[in-house]
Amino acid sequence: MTIEELEQIAESVRLENAKYDHEVNVCMDLACLSQHAGELKDALTKAAEASGKKVLIRRTGCMGPCSSGPLVRVDPEETLYHHVNASHAEAIVASLGAEPVAGLQCDLREHFELQTRVVLENAGHIDPEKIDDYISRNGYQALLSVLTEMTPNGVIHRITESGLRGRGGGGYPTGLKWGTVAKANGGQKYVVCNGDEGDPGAFMDRSVMEGDPHRVIEGMAIAGYAVGASKGFVYVRAEYPTAVSRLTAAVRDARRRGLLGNNICNTPFSFDVEIRLGAGAFVCGEETALIASIEGRRGTPKPRPPYPAVSGLWGHPTLINNVETFANIPPILRHEAKWFANMGSERSKGTKVFALTGKITHTGLVEVPMGIKLRQIIENVGGGVPAGHTFKAVQTGGPSGGCIPAEMLDVGVSYDALVRLGSIMGSGGMIVMDDTSCMVNVAKFFVEFCMTESCGKCIPCRAGTAQMYTLLTRICDGTGTMDDLALLEDLCTTVKEASLCGLGQTAPNPVLSTLKYFRNEYIEHIEHKRCPAGVCALEAAVEVLA
Amino acid sequence: MASFTPPPLPSDDKRWKIVNGTMRKNGFARFALIETLHTVQSSFGYLDDDAIRFVARSLRVPLSQAYGVATFYHYFSLKPPGKHTLTICAGTACYIKGSDKLTALAEKRLGIAQGQTTKDGNISLMTARCVGACSRAPVVLCDGEVSGEMTDTEMLGQLERWAVE
Repeated sequence: MTIEELEQIAESVRLENAKYDHEVNVCMDLACLSQHAGELKDALTKAAEASGKKVLIRRTGCMGPCSSGPLVRVDPEETLYHHVNASHAEAIVASLGAEPVAGLQCDLREHFELQTRVVLENAGHIDPEKIDDYISRNGYQALLSVLTEMTPNGVIHRITESGLRGRGGGGYPTGLKWGTVAKANGGQKYVVCNGDEGDPGAFMDRSVMEGDPHRVIEGMAIAGYAVGASKGFVYVRAEYPTAVSRLTAAVRDARRRGLLGNNICNTPFSFDVEIRLGAGAFVCGEETALIASIEGRRGTPKPRPPYPAVSGLWGHPTLINNVETFANIPPILRHEAKWFANMGSERSKGTKVFALTGKITHTGLVEVPMGIKLRQIIENVGGGVPAGHTFKAVQTGGPSGGCIPAEMLDVGVSYDALVRLGSIMGSGGMIVMDDTSCMVNVAKFFVEFCMTESCGKCIPCRAGTAQMYTLLTRICDGTGTMDDLALLEDLCTTVKEASLCGLGQTAPNPVLSTLKYFRNEYIEHIEHKRCPAGVCALEAAVEVLA
Repeated sequence: MASFTPPPLPSDDKRWKIVNGTMRKNGFARFALIETLHTVQSSFGYLDDDAIRFVARSLRVPLSQAYGVATFYHYFSLKPPGKHTLTICAGTACYIKGSDKLTALAEKRLGIAQGQTTKDGNISLMTARCVGACSRAPVVLCDGEVSGEMTDTEMLGQLERWAVE
């Protein structure tokens, strides 16, 4: 495969698409699919055949606003239809070339206006199982031009310049990580893509892997070239069967096209990718635990250093990045580093994909430039909390993050700002809570999660989270005392400071952040045996008191 | 190094050949343990003692390690599933939208706790750690099929349909 051949493929796809007068894109991501998008697509295909019009019906990845699904977009007019079902198929096909179907069209201008699509640029535009679709949208161009025109050091320099930071949550500078692996001694090196999206309430990585799998593979291959690795692993959750099958198909197609394998683009560079399945363990999102899992063992973490960049998979230098980080690589290399660095805030560059869920009007996937205010994400992009309720908090970072209250919403989203608020950026879950959510109960939910997910290797995490859970249960039951609260706070510090890995070190965050901003709710539970949100069942305690 | 002969298949059941195929594809390397257990579970529905023993011996990993892996990861089940499985997502978005109440209701209706199967072996009640359909919370999987924005009546209706089958 050479750049010329790549352009030929792109050209032939464009010619093929030019044969059609209209393109009807059907979102077939999990959320739309669970509302019968499959039958919808069949109905559209049938209607298109019957009409005799030249229509291309295409299955695509997630278009974003899942709460309006199933979604259909008609191109070139870019008409977006929402809540479409199979009975609308004929009307949609009949309207092609004429006025859009009345009543079905949706106005999501405000939802899309503030978004910038980098990682999701192809989502909703390509068929994820067709490598040629990806190639026609500049896919693999970055890989081939890097291989022929840049040195590995040049690539690392470009990534460093762009200011890209790890999208898995920690925000470690990607260029620095690549540089460490590149400098590490050892003949064999590995590139690992962390697709173990363990944060319950987040699905960005699933959407990227399912909607645009080649982007991840291209990013990994570029990383392989930069750090000197010839082998890559994608570690995916077994709970995401579609992502597994799409990635497997993508790897196969890329091999067939000569974009993976030996001597890619007639250069000495060889790179291949294997898919590895997780088996449902949150702790495997931690680098060293993930490595243990790929090696076929229990996913227990190891003390660092040595960091995986020096001694990782089977003791070899290993580069581990998140799905979204790899997905950012091809566009950075296609454009200038400056292009990327111009987006975002001072120390957090580029864009971030968030999975906006919970008590909010437009749930779904959004991609916004870093630095955007939380309020803009929630009120403008997300359409605010549905009428009749008031906003209480937004939870970011999953079980490792915290709850941010209404008065802090004017903070710009960046790694550092969220840490200052007592939360973390995390992988991108953003769960909105309204006045019907009890913050003590939410804290209990997350601590219970960490307690069950604790691998049990170190005591602060194993025993600490269990004790925290007992104390929180007591407070939620109405049997807690102020001494329990003091003990809880004390325990949080111990678990945070003494745990071995990220899971334990961040497990107290949901408790600490709710204590910081919603302490009065804890006090209400303890002193007045009352749950302000009406979630916790405190009747038993009240009866005892009476 | 002495050559290694993998143990014979436990029975004539064709599914063992699929399991063996996964191990052969990976050259009977130890790192294939998790992948092989995935194959066992997808072929047999769960991991029983015989299967774990067979896989451990074939891959030359200590039985303790194989059992350790099988019990460490939530995805693996050591008990046979019921004829139907109701999985309630317990992710954060689903929790905020009341999945805990759905679970309590299903537990009451079936008379079992989550993770258990009804005595007649008809329905298993499971919870999942997020299936990634958070925008449609609360989410329930009926025999693996994702249904979003689940209501009490809808879920009870499904259980009823399974019960009378």
